[in-house]
Amino acid sequence: MHRLSWLKAVRVAVSMLSFLSVGLIFIDLVQWIPVKIINAITWTQYAPSLISFFTSPGFAAAGFILFTILTLLLGRVYCSSVCPLGTFQDIIYRMGRRFFKQKPLKYSKPKNILRYTVLVAVIISFISGTSLLLSLLDPYSNFGRITGDIFRPAFQFVSNSLAAVLERQDIFWLARKDLKGIHTSSVVFASGFLFLVVIMSFSRGRLFCNTLCPVGALLSIFSRGSRLRIVLDKSSCNSCGQCSKVCKAQCIDIKSKEVDFTRCVACFNCLSACPSDGVLYSSRKSTPYISEDEKLQASSGKRRTILKAILLTTAFTSVKAFATRLKGGEKPTEIPEDKKLVATPPGSGSHEHFNLFCTACHLCVSACPTQVLQPSFLQYGLHGLMQPYMDYHSGFCNFECTLCAEICPADAIKIVKPEQKKRVQLGVAHFIEKNCVVYTDNTACGACSEHCPTKAVNMVPYKNGLTIPEVNDKICIGCGACEYACPTRPYRSIFVEGNAVHQLADEPVQEKIELQKTTEDFPF
Amino acid sequence: MKRRDFIAKSVSAGIVAGAAGSLGGIVNLATAAQAQKNWDLVAVRDGEPEVMFERAIASLGGMARYVKKGQKVVVKPNIGWDVVPERAGNTNPKLVGRIVKHCLDAGAAEVYVFDNTCDAWNLCYKNSGIEKAVKDAGGKIVPGNTENYYKPIIIPRGKRLKEAKVHELILNSDVFINVPVLKHHSSASLSLSMKNLMGVVWDRGYWHRNDLHQCIADFVSWRKPTLNIIDGYRVMMRNGPRGVSTADVVTMKQMIVSADIVAADAAAARIFGSKPEEIDHIRIAHEMKLGNMLLDQLTINRIKI
Repeated sequence: MHRLSWLKAVRVAVSMLSFLSVGLIFIDLVQWIPVKIINAITWTQYAPSLISFFTSPGFAAAGFILFTILTLLLGRVYCSSVCPLGTFQDIIYRMGRRFFKQKPLKYSKPKNILRYTVLVAVIISFISGTSLLLSLLDPYSNFGRITGDIFRPAFQFVSNSLAAVLERQDIFWLARKDLKGIHTSSVVFASGFLFLVVIMSFSRGRLFCNTLCPVGALLSIFSRGSRLRIVLDKSSCNSCGQCSKVCKAQCIDIKSKEVDFTRCVACFNCLSACPSDGVLYSSRKSTPYISEDEKLQASSGKRRTILKAILLTTAFTSVKAFATRLKGGEKPTEIPEDKKLVATPPGSGSHEHFNLFCTACHLCVSACPTQVLQPSFLQYGLHGLMQPYMDYHSGFCNFECTLCAEICPADAIKIVKPEQKKRVQLGVAHFIEKNCVVYTDNTACGACSEHCPTKAVNMVPYKNGLTIPEVNDKICIGCGACEYACPTRPYRSIFVEGNAVHQLADEPVQEKIELQKTTEDFPF
Repeated sequence: MKRRDFIAKSVSAGIVAGAAGSLGGIVNLATAAQAQKNWDLVAVRDGEPEVMFERAIASLGGMARYVKKGQKVVVKPNIGWDVVPERAGNTNPKLVGRIVKHCLDAGAAEVYVFDNTCDAWNLCYKNSGIEKAVKDAGGKIVPGNTENYYKPIIIPRGKRLKEAKVHELILNSDVFINVPVLKHHSSASLSLSMKNLMGVVWDRGYWHRNDLHQCIADFVSWRKPTLNIIDGYRVMMRNGPRGVSTADVVTMKQMIVSADIVAADAAAARIFGSKPEEIDHIRIAHEMKLGNMLLDQLTINRIKI
């Protein structure tokens, strides 16, 4: 046994803990995990932590600093121990070796031009105002989308079935839940990425981490300065190649007895595998690090084709999903809702802020108690692909709730106090009288006004003793309750036009009720 | 109310309505003789919710009159909104708790409580205080948030509402106690016993699109609750059914209890300051002979605390 083989055991334990806890917050079906725990778990995630540091620097956003320092000391321990997508790849890699007789890995040349080009492209696109590339490649956000968009519905199905069984025994503690708006586009995106990462890790271990992952590329730069590093002791190494066979990063070149530590994810497999103490994890300078300059592999063209194919499939299926879902109504309404802007969640401030800082991890989508937050497709345009939006056909924003802001790990949705939140205007309701039941059928409705928390949608006298909605846009906060409740189809009679920049709504005026003379008797 | 009782009552109501002035007096006298035992409606005022309920149910002969040993009971309060009890958007939790307790004391095998809420159901259950009140009293609070709890039914006498999907608890329970809160309502004018039944069906949007008031009355023709207990302790006078703040609420300390759902709603409307015949669904239900909104034809026990 290698004297440092315990390091692998520690790594495995920490990584499983991180993998399960991050997974759990995305599949918290009954929402029993407290906000503080969720915050503590996402605090460890590099990309959202880094982004939130830009918007609101402070301890809450300092997770990435810790892991930067750790990388400078120990190498890319983040990639093996903390990154949930990394652990996921390890699981796939291992299953491939155990059950599918995949061949052991061997050294491969680094793809430095590719991975640093990806990193530079992500940084430049972010600075120039779009987080799209980061969203597409960030390991945490992708892991969130995979668990939230694919596994959560699956778990919900199992949970609902279990709840149904329990209910037959008269036990009601596990509630069923209808998952609203499972969007084809988000499922396709998450599945596409899942497919990509499964293929890559199945055949080549941590290939993703050393080619497409921007966090991996950034940390690999820091790891160049790491105090401790994996090296081969040229005197005691007998070139048996055991270490290289178990190296998921394919960074141990047994012929030259060199280790490309920038690609090493500090999994410590090599330490456990080495029969002769030939692998060292030390600060020794005896084997100086030689950076390798390699040509860009020709594979990027192939990769682009794959990406294109994924985009095209998604586009196709989503267009299909976009076709308005019609439900049998008596008199179909004729005037389409002319919604130009969707609304962003309260606390996101503006489309500009939200689109820039959100990496579309979909944690808020998983947590939203009313399911009003849904992944977008092209509602924001391409630069906001997959970012959540307020889908008022799925739900409406609970007046008292500020959960999405409390858990957003990137501070794309910033914390607002509940009292303040009740006045944040995400958008304004627009009434289409000619679609309204009161106008078309001359019967009472008012579902919109019923649900309105500020009575910005108020019922005012109409013909024949009926009342009809009227919108006071000064006190409307754009929560979407009216749009959600409106019963007309295919087009609703009231809809919320999003505000590009959130406004502050007036407080509803509340005159005191003149108490009628309280009679001592009954009025009958 | 059993169908037989109902028919008998309708017939007697018809006689009363048809009787000429002088005859009317005699009929009224005749019903008054029975009144001591059999009130059509009990109105209580000026007490705490639990106290008013105790007095009302005692004057009707106790809960044992409605709940037999071993029966399954479903209690349907209004839990529609994520608001605290002071906002009076939901039924008073103390009242709901006390009703559950009385049902259990009467020997009910199980007492279930649910609502198909408007706001997020778990937040409504929690913040209304009803979830805790029900659990403390020994009842079962049950979700109504997904469509698979609701089973299709046919409404033969419905004019606009011919079918609906109803929560399975309503279908499976022996006793159905309806506990609405009296409040202003932007669609239905007032939210009362009949309106509260919109919380036992799944697709409310259909009602809104197809003559709301007629649908409310139609649904009552399918099944009437065993008993209606209208909570008028705190009353939302405007901005209903959700309300904007506690400024909308007046503490009235009133309660109406009746097996006649139309009569109960008519009496509650009067307390609110409205004329029952001007609330369309009350008028329609009366015309469909689902109950009697003419309060002067009923035996009413008026209790002041």
